[in-house]
Amino acid sequence: MTLERFLHFASVDGAALLAATLSALVCGMLGNWLVLRRTSLMGDAISHSVLPGIVGAFLVTGTRAPVPMFVGAIIAALLTVAVTQAVRRLARVDMGAAMGVTFASFFAFGVLLIEQASARQVDLDPDCVLYGSLETLFWFPPANPRDWLSLSTLALLPTPVKTLLVVTVVSAIVLRLLRKELALASFDAPLAAALGFRPALLGAILMTLTAAATIASFEAVGSILVVAMLVCPAAAARLWTDRLRTQTRLSAAFAVLSAILGYLLAATAPRWLGTTHALGAAGTMATTAGAILTISIVAGPTHGLVARVLRRRELALRVAREDALGALFRMLESGTDRASEQLLVAAVGPRGIAEARRRGEIETANGLVRLTPTGVAEAQAIIRSHRLWETYLVEEAGLAADHVHESAERLEHVREVAPEVPRALDPQGKPIPKPTS
Amino acid sequence: MTTTPLRPEHSPESPLSIHAMTVAYRRKPVLWDVEFDAPPSSLVAIVGPNGAGKSTLMKACLGLVPMAAGNVAFWGQDLSVARSRIGYVPQRESVDWEFPVSALDVVCMGRYRKIGWFRGISKAHRDAALAALDAVGMGAFRDRQIAQLSGGQQQRVFLARALAQEADLYFMDEPFAGVDAATEKAIVETLRMLKSQGRTVICVHHDLQSVREYFDHVLMLNLRVVAAGPTAEAFTTQNLQRTYGGRLTLLDAASHALARGGAA
Repeated sequence: MTLERFLHFASVDGAALLAATLSALVCGMLGNWLVLRRTSLMGDAISHSVLPGIVGAFLVTGTRAPVPMFVGAIIAALLTVAVTQAVRRLARVDMGAAMGVTFASFFAFGVLLIEQASARQVDLDPDCVLYGSLETLFWFPPANPRDWLSLSTLALLPTPVKTLLVVTVVSAIVLRLLRKELALASFDAPLAAALGFRPALLGAILMTLTAAATIASFEAVGSILVVAMLVCPAAAARLWTDRLRTQTRLSAAFAVLSAILGYLLAATAPRWLGTTHALGAAGTMATTAGAILTISIVAGPTHGLVARVLRRRELALRVAREDALGALFRMLESGTDRASEQLLVAAVGPRGIAEARRRGEIETANGLVRLTPTGVAEAQAIIRSHRLWETYLVEEAGLAADHVHESAERLEHVREVAPEVPRALDPQGKPIPKPTS
Repeated sequence: MTTTPLRPEHSPESPLSIHAMTVAYRRKPVLWDVEFDAPPSSLVAIVGPNGAGKSTLMKACLGLVPMAAGNVAFWGQDLSVARSRIGYVPQRESVDWEFPVSALDVVCMGRYRKIGWFRGISKAHRDAALAALDAVGMGAFRDRQIAQLSGGQQQRVFLARALAQEADLYFMDEPFAGVDAATEKAIVETLRMLKSQGRTVICVHHDLQSVREYFDHVLMLNLRVVAAGPTAEAFTTQNLQRTYGGRLTLLDAASHALARGGAA
């Protein structure tokens, strides 16, 4: 890429891409905590209900400067929290219903204010609130690349980008400083309070930052993207990890990825689709975030659908194999060392036998099957587990001796817990094999 | 919170002195005029029927729910002074078990008061947490996400977190609820160890069968203190009947009337 083309890209797309990425990043970082605290609806509520505050500030001051808008939005956000609490207490409804009522009313009031304002030829547009106006962001960097990182170049950035930069940096620092405190307050609020860590204050800080991020994002990317980025990246990250640190990083990474991929999609998709209609970047970014969440639901390593299906199949195969070994062990208990494969297949089906053979636990020759040494050890462990469970069910749970075989047949496959009943014989008088080391 | 001078009837030796505590929920009093002194180096059971105000009593002592009247002192000091010497094990249901933390992470939370705001967890604190995890026999599960532990194992992690707090007075809200026999034994051993080190543990306890065996003091509660003292003296059939035998209908009706905001 030549310098000239890069400069062109920087001035046409650079500021917009930077704004989208910063907005996604800050929402992804904050959303991580909202999702973990199960208060993502509160983020949703705040991002909507700050609208009347922003519009009100604009109508009062007549400018779109960030500070008055921020003040207006904070007032609206605090009112939202207070009104939600009041509705919940006075109407005795649950938190979700109270929030839903509050933020829908606030948002509607904001739209009403905008329409009133636009009737008076004020430059505010309801569409802009929903989708933002990324296309209007331009940046003219100095021609000399050596000047790009200087402070004066930063100052040339469009105001929404500068606001986003400040809010993102502040949020990142606060969240980093309060990581352990937030973790405690989210995991176990009573203990946090008992240790003097003020969970209510921490919640309020999080809400204030969310309100700030919403306002900073509003003008550039609109409220749809804010809502998507508050929820999707964090929810997707939760499907990939059980570690807080990884969760936090993934959440931010997915948000940035959604922003960049979504932006590129908006730029290139019309060409693929053969239309000249431009796609709104905020919409494609939110869609990308949704796609990442969908992929995570399907492919997540521990909680994903594929992983769950694989785990279930693995378990089914192990159960089939263990049932085959157990059945063969019982057939051989009369003292022979081989049994008819046909009879074994008739008893437990071919799948478990094939798996046991693959693992070298049984051998077949001339239509007869026998246990190998490893197979004997494995079969003994299973039979031991089965007969211990039978004993336990009879002696501890008080079930009838002729009713426990079916239950034990299922329980014998449990590896994590085993009953410790020191007996030599099970309720039917069959020997319980000794544990193999 | 202001420091109130200790009443002469309460000893500064006592790790917990409750004086004339009344707690109301939605203006409905749920605890009336509680008066109690926990002796140092003791294991105290709080027993009483559901809705007797047992958890509320603990939460009020810890400042988690406001008191309508009365005061609480710890070694004759205010909660704000004594906080770092007080440990708390909430009910298991109060925790979000799906939260992405490992057993070791949870135990480290017991050290947070000592670590303080904004700071990371140093190796020394992590080692202390590990030692606590080992002490309850859960060292092998340090990296397991807490949702993947059994109920008994989760309770042991909670216990390890309490140990990691290195407190002198513990409040435990139903530590024996829903645990297996092995965990129950581990908890009892831990409680006795804490007592032998001169610490005091106050437990909400539901299993009346084991009160005599596990606890040397008992606080019998049903909206007010029915009886309190050494288990051998206070835990009598007569007091049990007074604690569990029916609600105080008159007091209950009056509470409802107060909650409605006037005479019925």
